[in-house]
Amino acid sequence: MELNRRDFLKLSGASVGGLVLIGLPPPNPKSDLSPSSVADGVEKGVLYDVSKCVGCRACQVACKSWNKLPPDSFGYGGIYENPSELSAKTFTLIKAKEFEINGNKELLFTKYQCMHCKIPACVNACLVGALQKTAEGPVVYDDSKCIGCRYCMVACPFGVPAFEWEKPLPWIRKCTFCVDRLGEGLEPACVAACPAGALKFGNPDDLIAEARERIAAEPEKYIDHIYGEKELGGTSWLYLSPVPFEELGFPILDTEPVIVDVERAMGAVLPMLFGVAAAMTGVYWLIQRRQKRKG
Amino acid sequence: MRQEKRSFHIGTLILSALAVLSLPVFIIRYVSGLGAISNLSDGRPWGFWISFDLYCGVALAAGGFTLAAVVYIFNLKKYHPVVRPAVLTAFLGYLLVIFALLVDVGQPWYIWHVIINWNIHSPLFEVAVCVMTYTAVLALEFSPALFERLNWHVPLRIIRAIQIPLVITGVVLSTLHQSSLGTMLLMMPETLNALWYTPILPLLFLNSAIAVGLAMVIFETTLSTRAFGHKLSLDILSGLGRVIPYVLGIYLLLKLVDLGVSGELGLVFTAYPENLLWWAEMIIGVILPIILFSMPTIRQSRKGVFWSAVLVILGLIFNRFNASMLALAMRPGYTYYPHWMEIAISLGLVAIALIVFQIAVRLLPVVHLEESEEKKLERITPDKGVSAEVTNV
Repeated sequence: MELNRRDFLKLSGASVGGLVLIGLPPPNPKSDLSPSSVADGVEKGVLYDVSKCVGCRACQVACKSWNKLPPDSFGYGGIYENPSELSAKTFTLIKAKEFEINGNKELLFTKYQCMHCKIPACVNACLVGALQKTAEGPVVYDDSKCIGCRYCMVACPFGVPAFEWEKPLPWIRKCTFCVDRLGEGLEPACVAACPAGALKFGNPDDLIAEARERIAAEPEKYIDHIYGEKELGGTSWLYLSPVPFEELGFPILDTEPVIVDVERAMGAVLPMLFGVAAAMTGVYWLIQRRQKRKG
Repeated sequence: MRQEKRSFHIGTLILSALAVLSLPVFIIRYVSGLGAISNLSDGRPWGFWISFDLYCGVALAAGGFTLAAVVYIFNLKKYHPVVRPAVLTAFLGYLLVIFALLVDVGQPWYIWHVIINWNIHSPLFEVAVCVMTYTAVLALEFSPALFERLNWHVPLRIIRAIQIPLVITGVVLSTLHQSSLGTMLLMMPETLNALWYTPILPLLFLNSAIAVGLAMVIFETTLSTRAFGHKLSLDILSGLGRVIPYVLGIYLLLKLVDLGVSGELGLVFTAYPENLLWWAEMIIGVILPIILFSMPTIRQSRKGVFWSAVLVILGLIFNRFNASMLALAMRPGYTYYPHWMEIAISLGLVAIALIVFQIAVRLLPVVHLEESEEKKLERITPDKGVSAEVTNV
């Protein structure tokens, strides 16, 4: 076969292009939303009762096992907190803190995971829309869109999204609300594993009603505050506690969603674009005219 | 003269060394991940690169659009000699931002996702679009220097024909971009200290960028004209300096009124230790420059104008570091101080940008003094060496 110059150029162009394509890391098609994901349009939430948690960490184990997460490194949290922080390998974590309640020293446990905000900062922050709030409640993440900029991590008021720092091809990782289990009619793995009844899965309105009943039934056992009902416009995960939430280590948050000022500023972008363009054109025209008249 | 030439060579040597030394760090980053070369963590996901390369880099590149507007829109021809260095600095500054982001972003090979997946609600999307489009505009704005050198008349004529729309596009994009960096921080009302967090943060960022844009033009033209043996008429420098107190005055007023209206003015005294950062950036970058640039004796001296401009620049760097790092709360249980390799990357990129700037100034008509200007200079400066340099370049 005779290769003329043009064919040769084509061939070499194609092979270079092919090499570039092969050289690129393969796209990771993993998305929290899979064919088995929930899409029934019914809102879901979880109520966590600090006073009922016994700190067994079955939720942590179930989460690792369902999400196939690798082991994490040991932290400095002592025996009750291990590891010490949420990470790309740990989507949920039990932390312990000692309190004096009615003269008795008591250990209180708190479960940490994504709060699945109703108006999430991360979803607004993500420039490529890799994070989405589903109608059912879970805030889900899509690898195939993410570029790894980490703005979601900076924006999250609860400090939840984590990054795979040690990987050359790193992604964002966080609790998925077991959106793939919900689609099969199952509860999230942590809820299903809880032997103490500290976690309850259901409709957020029902859960808030139940939380109020629990507070009303035993007002001496709970403080009158459902964390997540109003915080930052509400979260899909709700908390009940016998001590003020800031003492547990939760941030004291406004009821206003964090995106209010951002949305206002973003709304000013187009008017500003046309305004500045018009102003500059006007100034240019005026000055040109004045100078022509002069000279 | 000889001494100056030698120090210039040593400078180039140091810059080359910095550029070469950063190379292995780049390789480690792509082979072993961000954790291997940085102290970034889940508690501090954005660090030195975002604060220095993105936040300071974009603001310090503001001289490009400010000067382009002054010369081509407001038609102040006097400043024509400094437009090209300003546009070149801005262009290289934006390239530096892009390269730094290619290091900082976890999956830079997917950066094109931004072009196909739009989230128009994200301030960072606005930032990304502005970086891409404004870099292209800056390249076009600077391209006449290249076309003149190559004697390409047709593209030169095309650029000249669209020059005004191009400059206006640049001003519009810069306005949006400078302010959008402030908008990005509006997403953190719960973690950014109240001394910096305000709904008018985008406006403050734009305002301070204009001030530092003027200061950067003073800074870089003083340095580059000295390195190449030119001397720019003091009139141009002091004219730029004269405007700075007004721009910074508006900034100071906006800051104080904003804190007053929100009832947070007391934080200036009570929010220890953050208030010390606030005072430092305000005194260094705003109050002192307002006083200094208002004094005719300072404006009449090259040194005075230069060092006052340096104060504005330092104050801005301080402000951007405060707003994007020091006053932004970390997740509890974490600490952060930049890893030396993080700084090595940034220094390497700055060094490369400065080397390219030097090469560009040598090869292309960047620092072009008009004929009359040169003659005037020869009269003012009897130093034969200087005038010889001028005619050589």
